[in-house]
Amino acid sequence: MEIKKGIAVSPGISIAKLLVIDSEDYRIPRRSINPSQRITEIQRIRNAFKDASEELSRLEAEHDKAEGGKIKDIFAVHLRFLRDRSLRKRITDLVHAESVTAEYAVSSVLRQIASEFAKVNDAYMSERAADIYDIERRLLKQLLGKKREEVGHLTEEVVVVARELSPTRTAGFDKKFVKGIASDAGGRTSHAAIVARSLGIPAVVALEDLTEYVSGGDTIIVDGNRGIVIVNPDGQTIEQYKEYSKEFVELEHRLDAIREEPAVTRDGSRITLLGNIEFPDEAEVVLEKGGDGIGLYRTEFLYLNSASEPTEKDHYEAYAETVRVFSEKPVTIRTADLGADKYTQSRRFAPEPNPFLGLRSIRFCLQNLMMFKTQLRAILRASILGDVKIMFPLITNRQELMQAKMILRDVMEDLDEESISYNKDIQIGIMIETPSAALTAFSLARDVDFFSIGTNDLTQYTLAVDRGNELVSTLYSTVDPAVLRLIRTVIQDAHKSQIDLSVCGEMASEPEYIMLLLGMGVKTMSLSPPMLPEIKQIIRSVTIEDCNKVARKVLGMNAERQISAYLRNSTRKILPEAF
Amino acid sequence: MKAGKDTLEKLVFETEVEIKNKDGLHMRPAMQFVDIANQFDSDVIVSNSDTEVDGKSIMQMSMLAAICGSKLKIKAEGQDAHEVVNALKELVEEKHFDEPMPKKK
Repeated sequence: MEIKKGIAVSPGISIAKLLVIDSEDYRIPRRSINPSQRITEIQRIRNAFKDASEELSRLEAEHDKAEGGKIKDIFAVHLRFLRDRSLRKRITDLVHAESVTAEYAVSSVLRQIASEFAKVNDAYMSERAADIYDIERRLLKQLLGKKREEVGHLTEEVVVVARELSPTRTAGFDKKFVKGIASDAGGRTSHAAIVARSLGIPAVVALEDLTEYVSGGDTIIVDGNRGIVIVNPDGQTIEQYKEYSKEFVELEHRLDAIREEPAVTRDGSRITLLGNIEFPDEAEVVLEKGGDGIGLYRTEFLYLNSASEPTEKDHYEAYAETVRVFSEKPVTIRTADLGADKYTQSRRFAPEPNPFLGLRSIRFCLQNLMMFKTQLRAILRASILGDVKIMFPLITNRQELMQAKMILRDVMEDLDEESISYNKDIQIGIMIETPSAALTAFSLARDVDFFSIGTNDLTQYTLAVDRGNELVSTLYSTVDPAVLRLIRTVIQDAHKSQIDLSVCGEMASEPEYIMLLLGMGVKTMSLSPPMLPEIKQIIRSVTIEDCNKVARKVLGMNAERQISAYLRNSTRKILPEAF
Repeated sequence: MKAGKDTLEKLVFETEVEIKNKDGLHMRPAMQFVDIANQFDSDVIVSNSDTEVDGKSIMQMSMLAAICGSKLKIKAEGQDAHEVVNALKELVEEKHFDEPMPKKK
């Protein structure tokens, strides 16, 4: 049994067999198996040898004459190794004698051979150790990689373990079978974490070297509440966790019971709770969890999931589907927030050295007008189906906002000419997620109907911390005094200008930050759908008066740690089971 | 080359060869060696002063780590023992695995 601590990014408990995907660093730990399982492991070794041989034969044929036949020779030699019965026997004997996994046997035997080569007192021979490592990798790729393909068509419940998960990959998981996620890299606000949360899959990230400690088929517990994973738990631990998981589900049910109740504070202040969604089918989850609409509809999935740029029809259908679900309730569609970690970098010919400070989000749209106009057209067309609002991300100055609005007007004129109907009074808002926008909020407010504070990027840009880098992620805190000061400025400026304001960053999904937000004057929050009931429960348990006190106190504090601890304590008094 | 005991149908032949190509019995020569050995039914045992290995296994052959100048004993047992020993001797001593020879001093 091994317990590893990471960062909890998506709540819930799951206990299942694990599946390693995308393993590139093949350090395979020794894993014992039940003797009855040996036959299966030996068959897996045979299959791996067979498939690796086929792969090599193909490579050998492809490199037929290239480089004077040298590459072909290398593959030919590797192929002889794979066909070497005595090599395979040595590996299967190890499985037989010591009841270990196929992965471990392959890795252990080939590394032994490689080290014997390395010892030979002849440069030419000793360098051949690299070939043996290469053969090892090829076999392990078969053994581990096989499972990777299976993620697409799983038949049993698993926990997916990986070094790192891309949002696209995470989004592709079949919720029916992927019951948990654990990864070496990542942070609380990495996009994979956001996707996991949206799908309601318990997840723990930043486990550093978890993939080196596990092999496929191990049992693992993912505790997405406490941020730990337990590999090969003993019977007692499994029982404890089953109990805990049951309690957690009961809490969820209790929270579901208040679904129909409004989000009103004890002293009668009505708060609007909206959902952040990534995909159209999440709209149902928002309704199920009692959300009042969509405060942030991320549209990147349209670009990330397909090889070619989405058409106007693709956009329109996705928006129409969601808007229809909400009929009269608001749906705020954010225009493409591509770039940085999403899409444009991976397809760039020359990646930018500083993608988060580069051509991303609204900047990317303003330089790719065809693409931008296609999306705007679709949003406008969908605007007659319900209460659609449009939101521009990452505005850093007034000029960008004016430019974006001008393009929107162009698109409206085109639609007018074609006699296509749309809501001419569509509300236009911007995300406040850069310090420059926060500091100039008062002037920006003149040209928009609403602000939505994107606390993730605002924190990252204010504190100059990469939110996904575990080496510095401890410096990342939304309740840092500097960030809070900016947030307060934005809220005050919105109030003065009498425009709507919401908070759509992860901050609004954090139970301990809710009292602070309410005390600072926030009346609309948009959050991860599974968190809606819990946040509503907090709202229903507090008074604005209490919250005002909390906010006053916090805004007088100078240290992030002091603020965090104080907020946690204040919330714990209100809703102890949230912790 | 000498013929060993003729036990029932099993013929035993053995010979000694010297590795003469510059880089010794590295991967590619080992591959050629086992490719030839595997064309025959006989078992092939190759040995240097301290180890004895299966001449049909590239893993074992390359672990012999025979460098230029090494002397190896090739022993074959089986119906076609004679032929396999001849073919292997030709590969090592006459063809030198089609590899470069050390420069003459």
